[in-house]
Amino acid sequence: MRLLPIVITTVGLAAAAAPAMAADLTVSVEIPRLNTASYHRPYVAVWIEKPDQSAERTLAIWYQQTRNNEGDGKDWLKDLRTWWRKGGRAMTLPADGVSGATRAPGRQTVTVPAARLRGLQPGQYNIVVEAARELGGREVVRVPFRWGAANTGAGTGSTELGAVRVAVSR
Amino acid sequence: MKKTIALLTLAAALAAPMAAQAHRAWLAPTATTLSGSDAWVGFDAGMSNQVFNPDHAAMRLNGLAITAPDGSAVQPENAMQGRYRSTFDAHLTQNGTYKIANVMGGVMASYKLNGEQKRWRGAAAEYPAGLPEGATDVQATRTASRIETFVTLNNPTDTVFKTTGEGLELVPVTHPNDLVVGEPATFKLLNNGQPASGLEVTVARGGLRYRDNPEESTVTTGADGAFTVTWPEAGMYWLNASVRTEGQGETLGSNASYVAAMEVLP
Repeated sequence: MRLLPIVITTVGLAAAAAPAMAADLTVSVEIPRLNTASYHRPYVAVWIEKPDQSAERTLAIWYQQTRNNEGDGKDWLKDLRTWWRKGGRAMTLPADGVSGATRAPGRQTVTVPAARLRGLQPGQYNIVVEAARELGGREVVRVPFRWGAANTGAGTGSTELGAVRVAVSR
Repeated sequence: MKKTIALLTLAAALAAPMAAQAHRAWLAPTATTLSGSDAWVGFDAGMSNQVFNPDHAAMRLNGLAITAPDGSAVQPENAMQGRYRSTFDAHLTQNGTYKIANVMGGVMASYKLNGEQKRWRGAAAEYPAGLPEGATDVQATRTASRIETFVTLNNPTDTVFKTTGEGLELVPVTHPNDLVVGEPATFKLLNNGQPASGLEVTVARGGLRYRDNPEESTVTTGADGAFTVTWPEAGMYWLNASVRTEGQGETLGSNASYVAAMEVLP
């Protein structure tokens, strides 16, 4: 009987210790449901930006993965103007774990395991989310966060993006 | 005194073919920043009062050259000359920056033959052999006009920025396909390969038809030929500079002009 609490404690410790070693970065992006005659899912880029607004790295880029009779999905990556200029145009796509298909309206989540962010110096950063929609507009939302300790941040767009939440788990 | 007036009239007459450039010459791309494995860009070229509004004359594209990032020449496609504008397409198949330039040059001369005032135009190589026997009072000017723009597929490169050393040329310090509102951009102008200092550069934004204020500005190049523009608004911009030197005796005068269209994104 006396052993049991000890076992539980150990499990508890292990569970607590794991995130300490590995802090995940989670970004949730609300893609608004828009009532428009011709809705196309937006292209969305999510990246980490240094305080001087230079890009640190791209976490996610959602775009049309196929070619259709209007062209190749990559033809419109340039419409994510800010992301394109700050690093997108230098990337080779598709990129493993980064590029994916466009997402439907609703809350979409990007979770980046700490292992992928090895080398990211502790400090202040922004998460930048940019959305550009065919026959629609473009919007950029910046959310500050700290890397190196557990914290959260939130921001919101007004046209092409809804709430953007950032969480660093320890 | 009479002679001075005659000379002035002559200078005006000489300038006449260039007077068409009182109308502004422009070569404008349909897009400057492109992505994907290949892309098409269309170009319009004309001379007009308001930049990029075709309303006066089509540009003759005799000196058109499209240079790919690897230095090779790209053939213009679907070329057409309309009443007010010339147009053509370029198919971009290489990653990097392309230069599209209409470069014209030559010699304009005026002379007297049997007491009659005559004019002559031709390539620099044909001068002065191209003048008729017995021509006197020869006054000649070397002309060089460069009208260009740049477009980029995927990541920008700078291989097409090599200069030729002839006429007025632009050396980008800031990449011309990397221009954003509110950020300063610096370029250098060279005249025959030498820094063109103290030159006035006109900066005009297109779309004048839809606003009242021309919102034009000028900036003067420094000793190193450099000038800096901070873009007040997004749009297609027209940059222009020209330099003129009078001929003296055997030395030819020169008349060099430079025009670029550059897109500034929000």
